Amino acid sequence: MAVLVLVEHVGGTADDVSRQALALARGYAEAAGQPLEAVLIGAGADQAAAGLGDLGVQTAHVAVHDGLSAYAPQAWGRTLADLVERLAPVALIAPGSERATEAMAHAAAIADLPLAANCIEAAPGDPATVTRLRWGGSLLEQARLHGAVKLFTVAPHMVEATAASAAVQTTVAEFTPALTDADLAVRVVERAQTDSGGGISLADAKVVVSGGRGTGSAEGFAPVEALAAALGGAVGCSRAVTIAGWRPHTDQVGQTGTKIAPEIYIPCGISGATQHMAGCKGAKRILAINTDPDAPIVANADYAVIGDLHEVLPAITAAIAKARGG
Amino acid sequence: MPLNILCCVKRVPMTGGRIVLQADAQAIETRHLGFTISPHEECGVEEAVRLIEQHGGSSTVLTLGPAEAEEQLRDCMALGIDRAILLLAQDEFDGQATAAAILEAIAAERAAGTEYDLIFFGNESADAGGYQVGIRVAHALGRPCATGLKSIALADGGLRCEQEVPGGRDVYQFALPAIVTVKEGLNLPRYPSVPGRMRAKRKPLETRTPVRPAAGVERVRLVVPEGQGTQAEILGHGPDAAPAVVEVLRQAGLV
Repeated sequence: MAVLVLVEHVGGTADDVSRQALALARGYAEAAGQPLEAVLIGAGADQAAAGLGDLGVQTAHVAVHDGLSAYAPQAWGRTLADLVERLAPVALIAPGSERATEAMAHAAAIADLPLAANCIEAAPGDPATVTRLRWGGSLLEQARLHGAVKLFTVAPHMVEATAASAAVQTTVAEFTPALTDADLAVRVVERAQTDSGGGISLADAKVVVSGGRGTGSAEGFAPVEALAAALGGAVGCSRAVTIAGWRPHTDQVGQTGTKIAPEIYIPCGISGATQHMAGCKGAKRILAINTDPDAPIVANADYAVIGDLHEVLPAITAAIAKARGG
Repeated sequence: MPLNILCCVKRVPMTGGRIVLQADAQAIETRHLGFTISPHEECGVEEAVRLIEQHGGSSTVLTLGPAEAEEQLRDCMALGIDRAILLLAQDEFDGQATAAAILEAIAAERAAGTEYDLIFFGNESADAGGYQVGIRVAHALGRPCATGLKSIALADGGLRCEQEVPGGRDVYQFALPAIVTVKEGLNLPRYPSVPGRMRAKRKPLETRTPVRPAAGVERVRLVVPEGQGTQAEILGHGPDAAPAVVEVLRQAGLV
């Protein structure tokens, strides 16, 4: 019996979302009176496993199998389900990244267990109780989670990645999962690099300036682009804009677009539907520019300017140049 | 090679700017809202219609939902889907139960002589966001499954698919029959035409009523998160607000 956590890693160390998942899982394990254990898959797993002591992981299970060299979702799921069968943990927890979520869904399907995605709180028991995100975080759901083993993922960037109060010595244990050919039928055969065009990626930008329906057209993005350039930021847009064909989907901020976490977010002519807010709730500050003072975006922003973006944005861009002594 | 495609979709409300719950906190108040399907699924439907246009074959749309979900099924048929299956359910099913109901319908289709080469799902539904139904269906059918796809092409009797990952796109290649889950951005869905809407009214729609099992993820209540709707500080009106904006940017260390 243990609380088992899937830990993803880059460069031989656990990544941020896995540290967050471990923080939530540690609380869950303490409440359940069970040891915290981890499972790691892929190149660099050994090194990452050995570094989990600060996070309170007592045993780290490293999957060793030739088939796991390239990412294969079902093989990852089989690996998790296999370990669950061997260890009979009380819970299997994973970060809510795309890959870990996919692997958990495969594990849940193989083991025929319920799975709760994107939890922000969890308490052990039978059933366990969880609070999870719906609508990309615009709504919460409190739920009872059933099953002989409780399977859930932890919503990214919603839980603080705290270290354990006391570091432990992590025991690294290798195991070889029983993978079938079918488990490896779907695997990454090639990595195609996307050309970022030398620009700043939306997901990582410190400043994002977005345009919505209020831009009026593809050409109407000129003042949005000018302000973004002045601030060294990226240009985003709302779903209404991509549906109209004014900007590519790669520019879309939202629940079904890119999720951003800039220092400051400047949505211009965007009403602020839940679809959009789900994509920008990671922003430290929101400065809305909108003609309608009653727009939801104004209610959800820190600062707002009431006015037409076509008049307000050029004035801001000019004022920035002036402030810089330009 | 003609294809037989199934598209699974979910009816969801268009929530607009603010979510309001019903008094019992079990559901969103939808009296004043319109309905649609999840954005990812709109792209699944469009991709299915395009594949049939290119390669021939037929397409079916399936949903699990209330009788009113016929509206969404007709919308999909207006875009070119040939027929529809409505699995009647007044209350939401969890991921496991949804997959089981879909599998039952697929088994009934098989018994009637219909086999699907390709089954589309959205990567996750807009409302529940469970991320699992397509994968569960794939396992039960013993078929390959790739998720979160932004590109799908038929190649050498199988599929060549792409998934967006940080810094690039991962490519998967596997044989049909298969299950795929897709994301918005896969394509730009078309709008329905007037003749399309007229034809959709006459296209066949079958209804089945699955039994709802006990939920594995059992909803207790819904909660609107705190911190929403706290009014912004108004920096000013029109271009005259520019100096106040620059001051905010200066405080953020950007000017």
